[in-house]
Parts: sequence; C-alpha cells; structure tokens
Amino acid sequence: MTVSNQTTSGAGKDILLEVRGLKKYFQVKTGLFKSVDLKAVDDVSFSIRKGETLGIVGESGCGKTTLGRTILRLEEPTGGDILYAGESILHRDMNEFRDKMQIVFQDPYASLDPRKTVSDIIGEAMDIRKMYPNKAERRDRILELMELVGLNQQFYNRFPHEFSGGQRQRIGIARSLAAGPSFIVCDEPVSALDVSIQAQIINMLEDLQKEKQLTYLFIAHDLAVVKHISRHVGVMYLGHMVELAESYELYKNPLHPYTQMLLSSIPVANPDLSRSRKRIRLTGEIPSPLSPPSGCPFRNRCPKADGKCAECLPSLEDTGSGHLAACHHL
Amino acid sequence: MQTLRYIIKRVLLAAVSLFVIVTLTFFLMNLMPGDPFMSEKATEENRAILIAKYGLDKPVHIQYLRYLENLLKGDMGTSYVLQKGRAVSDIIRESFSVSMQIGLKALGLAILVGLVLGCIAGLRKDKIADNIIRVFSSIGISMPSYVIASILLIVLAVNLNLLPISYKKSGGWVMPMITLAMYPACYLARLTRASILEVMNQDYLRTERAKGMSEFVVVFIHALKNSLIPVITYLAPLTAHILTGGFVAESVFNVPGLGRYFVSCISSRDYTMIMGITIFYSALIIVMNLICDILYKIVDPRIKFD
Amino acid sequence: MKANILSLQNKISPEDFTPLPDRFFAEAGTETEEIGYWKASWQRLKANKIAMVALGIILVLIIFAFIGPMLSPYSYEQQVRSDAGLWPCLKHPFGTDRLGRDIMVRCMIGTRISLVVGFVSATIVLVIGSIYGSIAGLAGGKVDIFMMRIVDIIYSVPEILLIVVIKMVISEPLDTLIASTPAFKGLQRIGSGLIAIFIVYGLLYWVGMARIVRGQILQLKNQEFVTAARAMGCKSGRMIREHLLPNCVGQLVATAMLQIPSAIFTEAFLSYLGIGVSAPMASLGSLTSEALNGITSYPYRVISPAILISLIILSFNLFGDGLRDALDPKMKK
Repeated sequence: MTVSNQTTSGAGKDILLEVRGLKKYFQVKTGLFKSVDLKAVDDVSFSIRKGETLGIVGESGCGKTTLGRTILRLEEPTGGDILYAGESILHRDMNEFRDKMQIVFQDPYASLDPRKTVSDIIGEAMDIRKMYPNKAERRDRILELMELVGLNQQFYNRFPHEFSGGQRQRIGIARSLAAGPSFIVCDEPVSALDVSIQAQIINMLEDLQKEKQLTYLFIAHDLAVVKHISRHVGVMYLGHMVELAESYELYKNPLHPYTQMLLSSIPVANPDLSRSRKRIRLTGEIPSPLSPPSGCPFRNRCPKADGKCAECLPSLEDTGSGHLAACHHL
Repeated sequence: MQTLRYIIKRVLLAAVSLFVIVTLTFFLMNLMPGDPFMSEKATEENRAILIAKYGLDKPVHIQYLRYLENLLKGDMGTSYVLQKGRAVSDIIRESFSVSMQIGLKALGLAILVGLVLGCIAGLRKDKIADNIIRVFSSIGISMPSYVIASILLIVLAVNLNLLPISYKKSGGWVMPMITLAMYPACYLARLTRASILEVMNQDYLRTERAKGMSEFVVVFIHALKNSLIPVITYLAPLTAHILTGGFVAESVFNVPGLGRYFVSCISSRDYTMIMGITIFYSALIIVMNLICDILYKIVDPRIKFD
Repeated sequence: MKANILSLQNKISPEDFTPLPDRFFAEAGTETEEIGYWKASWQRLKANKIAMVALGIILVLIIFAFIGPMLSPYSYEQQVRSDAGLWPCLKHPFGTDRLGRDIMVRCMIGTRISLVVGFVSATIVLVIGSIYGSIAGLAGGKVDIFMMRIVDIIYSVPEILLIVVIKMVISEPLDTLIASTPAFKGLQRIGSGLIAIFIVYGLLYWVGMARIVRGQILQLKNQEFVTAARAMGCKSGRMIREHLLPNCVGQLVATAMLQIPSAIFTEAFLSYLGIGVSAPMASLGSLTSEALNGITSYPYRVISPAILISLIILSFNLFGDGLRDALDPKMKK
C-alpha cells in the first residue's frame, strides 16, 4: 500500500481507490443568520490496492461514516479528490460508477425498503440498469446471489420484516453485489448484530473478497473487528486521520496517543495478560465538532499535550516503513 | 430567545395572512357580477348617482387603496343595502355582542362538558361509562349543526314545550347555546380521552406510583396537567367552529347576531357588509390561532416548530 | 386489598403466570406464508367490527343513492298534487312535501349528491395535496420554505367564510360558461353550485394533505433505504415511484378517507344556507332547510334527511378511523 500525502506521488498500477485531501463540511445553523462549518471529514488522504481491505476505526462522531458516504458521493465532498482506478469520479456522472462502487449499511433494519420483497431489493440495481430484460435470467441471477450470501431460496418473495438482523444484513450484502462491484464500503456492517452473528458475516465478507477480488473500505468503531479483516488500518479522530499503518504494525506498535488509548481499552480474554498490561485510560469526551480545539484535535484529552499542540495541527507523516501518524511527540 | 423568535415569526405570518384575506375578499367582491343597486327600482340616472356616491366608478386599485386606508382607521365603509347608510363597523359591533354572549356560554359549556366526559372516559377505559361516552361523542361529531338545531326544536320546543322557539323570550338562548356547544364538546371529549390514555402509559407516571404517591396525586396533579396540553391547540378551531356555527344556529333560532347578518348579506349582495364581516371573522380566528400556538409553545417546551 | 376506583394498576392473578398450552408453540412455526402490506391491512380492518359495520352502511347508502331512484315510481322533481303534505305511509315511506314530491326519492338524490361531493372532493384534495406536498418535501431548502409559507397562510384562512365568498363570485360566470360552451354541456346537470364547491376544495382544502405528505416525504427522505437506493443508482423518478410513494400511500389513503365526511359536512352546511345546489335539485342540507318552516306541524320532513346526513358522516368517520388504524398502525391512538 502506498500512502500519498503529497497528491503528486505516483500511484501504483494496482491501486483501485485513492482519496486525496478529502473534505466534507456541513453548514450548521447556530442563529438566525449565523452558521458554522461542521468539519465531518477534514483533509483525509489514503489509497487502497485492489483486493485489499482498509479498516477505519474511531469513536462515534469522528466522521468515519461520512467518509464512507462521501467517497460514494452519497454526500457531495466539499474539497479534495476521489480517484477510482486512476480516474477522478468527481467530474463525471456518478451513476457511471455506481455499479463498480457499492456500500453495505450499518442498520440492517432501516436500510431495506419495508415494502419491497427480497427479490426486488436484491434485483434493484439490475432493474435500474436493465441488465436482465429476460425475467427468468433475472430470477436466476437473484437466486444465485442469494445462495452466495447464504440465504434460502424460499425467501425469494418474503418481506424484510420477516427476517432477523443477520439475515437482513445478508440481503444488504447480496444487494450490494448485484451490479458486480469491485469496491465496497462496509459501513459498520456488523455493529448492529449479535456477537455470534458478527463472526459469520465477517467470514462471509472475507470469503466473498477472495472469490470476487473485492476491495473493501471497512468502517467500524471496534478495533478487534477491524484487526481481523483489514490489511491496513486508519484511525480517525474528529474528522482527521491520526494514524495509518499495516494492521499488524498498528496493533503491535501504536504511535499516536489516541490509538494507544483505544488499544488499551480492548478487553483481553487472558486475565494474567490483562492484569500485566499497562492501561491508559481514555479520559474526557470527544469535543463538539462545531468547536474543535485549536491545533491538534486530540490535545484536550491527550496526556502529552503541550503548547505546541495548541498552536499547530500535526500533519500525518511517515515514521518509517509506511507507518503514518499525526503527532508532535513521536 | 427561541420562543421570542418564534412569536415574532408567528405574528408576522398572521399579519401576512390577514393582508392576503383582505386583498382576496376585496378583489373577489369586485369580480362579482352586477352591483348592489341592481335590484333597486331606480332609474339608470339614480343608479349612476348611487354608484358615484359610493366611489364604485373609480378604478379598482384606487378603490382598493382607499379601502385599505379606511380599514386601518377602523372604518369599513357603510352598508349599501341591508341597513342603508349605517357604518359597517357599528353593525358588526352591535350584532357581535349578541353573538358573543351566546358564543361564550357555548364555549364554557363545551369545555366543561368535553373535559369532564373525556376524563371520565379516559380514566375508566373500556368500562360502561367509557363506551357510552364514546358512542355519543362519535354521533355528536357526525351531526351538522342544523341537524342538532332541528332535533332540539322538535323535541324541546315542539313536543315537550320546555323552551321557547323565539330567542327574544326568556330562556331563548339555551337552544342556540346547546347547538353551538354540541360538536366542540364531543370533539373535546374524544381528544381529552385520547390524550389521557397516552399520558397514562408514560414512564414518569409509573415512577410516581412507584414512589408511593397516592392515586389521587398521580391522576389529578401529574396526568391531567400533561394531558390537557394538546387540548389547548384545539381551542382555536373550537372558537372558529363556534363562530361559523353561528351562521346556522342564529338563522334557525332567529338570533340577531353576526352570523345571521352574514347569511342575509350574501343574499342581498351587500358588498361592504360581506367584506367587513369576513375580515372581522378572519382576524378573530387568526388572532385566536396565534394566541393558542404561542400558549402551546410556552406550556410545552418540547414542541419544536421548524 | 381495597379496590380503588381510580386505580390504573393491572389486575394480576396467578393464572397469568401459568405456562402457555402446547398448541401455542405448535402454530408459531407454521405461520410463514408471505403476507403483503395490503393483505395485512385488510386483515386488520376485517378484525375491526365497528369499521366493518360502517363499511356495510356505506355500501347500503351507495345502493340507496344510486340504484334507489331507478326503482322508485317517482322522480325527485315530480309533483303529485293529490299526495301533497302526506305523513309517512306505504305509498311514500318518508312522506311528501307541500308540493307533493316524494321525500324518499329526494333523500336518495340528496344522498347521491353528498356521496359524490365527498368522493370527488377527497380525490381533488388527495391529488393536489400530494403533488404539492411531495414537491415541497423533495425539493427542500428555500423552495420548501416558500411553498410551506403559502400553505401556512391558506391554512390560517377560515375556509368556510372564503368558500361562501368564492362560491358567490364564481357561480354566475360558471353558469354562463357552461351554457355557452358545448364541451361543458354534460356539466349542466351537475349544476354550477356543486362545481363551485369542488373548485373551492381544490383551492383551499388541500393544504392539510400537503402538510402531511411533505412531513412523510421528509421523514422518508432521511431513511437509510432511500440512501441505499441512491447508492444503487436510483434516479428521482424511480425513487418517488418505487420507494417514497409506496411507503406513504397508506397514510395518504387514510387521510383522504377522513376528508370525505368533512366535505359532506361542508356541502350540507352550504346547501342549508341556500348557497349549495340549486333548486329543484335536492341536497340533504336544502331538504332540511326547506322543511324547517313547517317544523311544528310536519316534523317528519326534517327527520329523514337529518338522520341520513348524520348516518353518512358517522359511518365515514368510523370507517375512516378504522382504515387509518389498519393502514398505518403507528398512527393508532
């Protein structure tokens, strides 16, 4: 994986998705005529190679969901650029890319139209593109997709309310696969599910990735889930990417104080190990994104914060061997 | 601060509405075929004189501006036909005081009966009392006011001979009052019942009970107070209903009120009177709406208006 | 424990804690047959006895109003001099008026007018209100604010007054238009009075519907399945047709249904004041007001139209309530 902070750096041939300095600001009304920018995603850059997974973690409200949606232009970006297979998607009709770039949603209940049958939900992408004018072919293709995600064929004409959360999420995954995408944003696909189901869904996503050479942007608030599936992991805080490294490296050697805190908050099953581990407690709350601290966004919760942190924003820099972190105290 | 902003917004909106109504009625009146003197047994010459006298020969926009100007001074012009030469504002003032006497009584009766029945039904859900009240209130909101008036006439005045048909005799106000109060009382009873049932299921009441509060305190101090909030919003349409209901009740029982005047102005094409009464009624209803909305906002801070 | 009349506590008995019988569990597994939205709504509606009785009455009233006059030996304007002023009897079940017209036939025609007014007005309100509301809701932003301000203003206008004024203004030009334009010949029988009422409905009454539709659209627009459809590449037209409308159609139908009694109310009111349908056409409102003069000696002339109008409104109210509960269980009070 190549991370390009300088937008000019040459992208390797096998890079599928590249994000350069992406910004998404929302205008929030605070008074009759006043409004403030809410910087949900602020200057985020990364790239993902074909067939790999980039995990994004962060507390709720850090902008990770907005990042995923902005990449698919479900929200229009305020600035920056998004390149799919080397081509900017911002200056073209997004519908040309929709069959290649897909999303699996967090909430398996709200994301399925309650008035549509399973077959119509899965088949929607094909219907929009008129991929199968022949009814029998369409049916076969939908059944094939259902089998792929482990749904029984007899559910073909059922409605979403008849299913459990895990089954609904399978429907959602089948839907995202319908148009034959190569890149999928998985927006916390398992956080609404029971723990026992989580593993099934994650394993299925992994199998699908191998089988179809899929590229994932996997968003989660849980480091443990991300660790399992991702090749690389990025940590977000208040709209900023604060650390980005290979999964193994990040877990073994977290550099940013925020990542260290997040990692030490993962419960460990082994009590001996748990006791011997040095814990750094995550104190305080995420500040309101409407009035973030000056300089480093993390400084009001950071044990290492000093005058420099209040003055300027640390940039995301390579500390060697592709491990990037944004902190003045490295 | 937010409340103040809301109030300012609502007042402005009310002012715009009123202006729209004034403008609309004025131009509609002008579109109306014929003039108020067509029916008079007057020569062409006399008609021309009358038209000139009331300024009806001037261009429409000049008439409109003059009407607006006079309206701001409280002058709604004079009646052309019905009570020739009298100021419209005087006629309205006089007849409205009659309407208001009955209207206020009806309002009081409707609120009293509606709330009491609604509370009984709500607190005794699915018991006999509740079922009886629900059946009667369903029927009550389905009867047009003229049906109620006719039934009252037949039963109370004709068959039982309890009350006089004419308004002028003593006790003549009772039947118009019941006619006016019937629909709002039934509607209020339904509204209160629904509202009480909703409040009764809230967790904070369960908490009160768990704290050991007596059932009396729970019901009368906590439940009723909160279930009456939605009822406030109904007060504005209630007033509107009692006003327009006056059209029928006053005609049937021959009450010399504003509603009956409105009905007779329509048939006699008394332009200035129709406009005057329409504007007066509209202003009244708009102001009532305004007061209720603001009250509601103050009483229930949860309500957010976009 | 002393029984408290104001007690709202559930009466709990030990039987409430006995295990459920086996058949309860046996049946739970087999209930997998697919039930569509409409079928489920119909089942809920069927379970509501009051609503079904109301529906039955409405059907009977429709037969009474549309087939009844064909079976009657009299027509609504036919004056049988020898039968003038009869009390209800075998020949004239509702009696006759002072011109010798059969009151039952006149009531049938009046019911027909009430029903037509109700259905047509509800349709007008449904069409205009949902188009306007969905445009405002979908457009959002400044367009939405501007459109909803207009709605606010119309909403605060006391409609009965404006109906009276507008009706007076448009009645006569409408008459001449209908008489002079051959294309409108068919409308002559309906009468300008009724058309005026429809026009007024189209101008004023749709605002309530527009507000509801806009609210629904705004709510749906933020649902994740709409975002999901967008991610599939779904364009606006398909979005409205396939996702937004099917998800709020139940509430629209229920609201439109409750519009019917209010329209019937208004028509009866206007006809009673003498500005609704024009003579010799009969409306339940005008029948009552005609009969009121002789109320001391002929109360029966008032009673039949009065009972009919109340019955119509009552059954539509009850059926509308039931339909709303069935189509949209969330709204149930």
